[in-house]
Amino acid sequence: MASVRLSDLGKGDRGLVKGIAPEGHEGPGEIGHDELERRLLEMGFVEGAQFQIIQEGLVGRDPIALKLDDMRVALRRRDARAVLVERAA
Amino acid sequence: MSEAILPTRVALVGNPNSGKTALFNALTGARQKVANYPGVTVERKEGVVTTPGGLRVSVLDLPGTYSLRARSPDEVVTRDVVLGRFTGEATPDILVCVADATNLRLVLRLALELKAVGQPMLLVLNMFDIAQRQGIRIDLEGLSRELGVPVVTTVAVRKRGLDDLLGQVDVLAALDRTHVASVWHEPSAAEIRQAHRDAERIMRAHVKPPLRPDTFTGKLDGVLLHPVAGTLILMLILFLMFQAVFSWATPLMDGIDAGFAWLGQVVAAYVPDGLLRSFLSDGLIAGVGSVVVFLPQILILFFFIILLEDFGYMARAAFLMDRLMGVAGLHGRAFIPLLSSFACAIPGIMSARVIDNKRDRLTTIMVAPLTTCSARIPVYTLVISAFIPNRTVWGFASLQGLVMFGLYAAGISSALIVAFVIRKLIWRSATEPFLIELPAYKVPDPKNVARGVLMRGQMFLKRAGTTIASMMVLIWFLSSFPSAPAGATQPAIDYSFAGMLGHLLQPLMAPIGFTWQMAVALIPGMAAREVAVGALGTVYAVAAQDDTGSLAATLSHQWPLATALSFLAWYVFAPQCMSTLAVVRRETASWRWPLIMFAYMLALAYAAAFIVYHAAVAMGA
Repeated sequence: MASVRLSDLGKGDRGLVKGIAPEGHEGPGEIGHDELERRLLEMGFVEGAQFQIIQEGLVGRDPIALKLDDMRVALRRRDARAVLVERAA
Repeated sequence: MSEAILPTRVALVGNPNSGKTALFNALTGARQKVANYPGVTVERKEGVVTTPGGLRVSVLDLPGTYSLRARSPDEVVTRDVVLGRFTGEATPDILVCVADATNLRLVLRLALELKAVGQPMLLVLNMFDIAQRQGIRIDLEGLSRELGVPVVTTVAVRKRGLDDLLGQVDVLAALDRTHVASVWHEPSAAEIRQAHRDAERIMRAHVKPPLRPDTFTGKLDGVLLHPVAGTLILMLILFLMFQAVFSWATPLMDGIDAGFAWLGQVVAAYVPDGLLRSFLSDGLIAGVGSVVVFLPQILILFFFIILLEDFGYMARAAFLMDRLMGVAGLHGRAFIPLLSSFACAIPGIMSARVIDNKRDRLTTIMVAPLTTCSARIPVYTLVISAFIPNRTVWGFASLQGLVMFGLYAAGISSALIVAFVIRKLIWRSATEPFLIELPAYKVPDPKNVARGVLMRGQMFLKRAGTTIASMMVLIWFLSSFPSAPAGATQPAIDYSFAGMLGHLLQPLMAPIGFTWQMAVALIPGMAAREVAVGALGTVYAVAAQDDTGSLAATLSHQWPLATALSFLAWYVFAPQCMSTLAVVRRETASWRWPLIMFAYMLALAYAAAFIVYHAAVAMGA
């Protein structure tokens, strides 16, 4: 099954984290790919983690709140682009 | 035996929301010292406790973190203290890793990282009662064997398991301390993945998932994080908060007011008329009283903020507000410093340390004083009660409360607009990733909430008792000397230093409708905003011929409405707080930012007051 980006999913979607592949975040004053990857990993976005999107923000459906294994996290879609996931049916 | 004098040093390390501070409070009780780490303004909390073995232990509560790979100034403190790199801070003898027993996955990774440091270590599974209630089965022995450290369970809010914890500290302290060198280094992405796999394996082997998982948090988030319902609830909470600050506090404030009035009468009865009586009742009692009277409002505001924080709501507020903050070029996390600034810009500016990106952080610091801090409450309340009729509108809301709400709204929207100008026009670059944990909801522990509220109250009183009281004495001096010449026709204050200064500034302030008394009050008001109320009290109490009316009544006779509105507009923006400027200097390590802050806020205050005054005059006020 092909991987999609977490940022492309909507409320209620669930699946598995397949990997981290940052895009962008390399502009001046930004944290860079390696740092973003480590932060996402430290927050639990690790290969094999199960997730479900539980809420979306009011404007532009951003940010998103999700259940990630046993915990809950929130992030912006812009940063969620870096997370490759496999969507469960 | 010099070692006997030095207590064993224990440091608490853990994820945010692990109940670390509750555990710290339970261990050390009232024997706490709160200060700052030298050179940085990260709060340093230390307490002392005696173990069952009779060992005196000093406990250090380190800022919460997900890893030793520090990203913010708070986390740098945690890393450097743990690694013994922090100048002036001895290396902890024992590391206590505090975990939320219901949320072990991430903290196990932190525990593995801490183990690499090589100091004796102990894992504490806090909130163990909640884990048991959820039916999470944890094989404590297996976990301890696997990690190679003792594991104890606690329920900090019930003070359960504390003896176990301290007993293990005894055991670890008695160990022969052959020094193990730290093998910690900043982990790469691959190493973080490996640590996750290790943590996952340990979880699978020794922790059985909950039989009755917490469905409460999920159900509540269905509403509280809901884009429409959640936002409305947040607005409602903020609205209630400010109505409460206004109406619940009234009886208490009346009581304090009456108390100080009584004190003034006692002084008048026993001290002969003259300079001493004037000093005591007009300078000291009136001055301190007019500041202490706002203690109830400050306590109520902090009560709400701490309650929401402990309940786990603040991260939800950051989620709901992220987009709005994003419009202003800020981070959802900036909502918490800005919300704290409603109480006081100083803790707000200090809590901006949670923002990792330097420009985001500076922007948040620069706009934090625009949100309505509690020091403005005295000024707002005074002017509102003097000029805004106490009526009910739309059948339920008090008009005075609405005006107050409007002033708060003006503060927060100007903060957002200034942030937008800084972030989108001056410093254009993409913002920091927004990535936060939404902790499980917890019933706040009344004792911890009470402790937090009381600590804030003490801090306020300490300020009222020192800085503000001395400023009040200074203004009393300025407004009493030199005394009026014999046969003077004007009130005595007209001849004093304060009068001279006020008259000197008056031409500058005339375009915004300020009287010279107001100009006088603004001078000591530089120390702190609420001082202006005391100063007005002193100026008018001294100037008033009959001593009967309260300050609000006096003002309502002395000021036209346009002047009152102009004064309110001035205080939405005025940079009158030396402590804030000093904290900005400390946080940014340069005079540049406080000077810019002072200049831009002064310009905004003058412009706003000018516009409001002339608009009000044009409308016939």
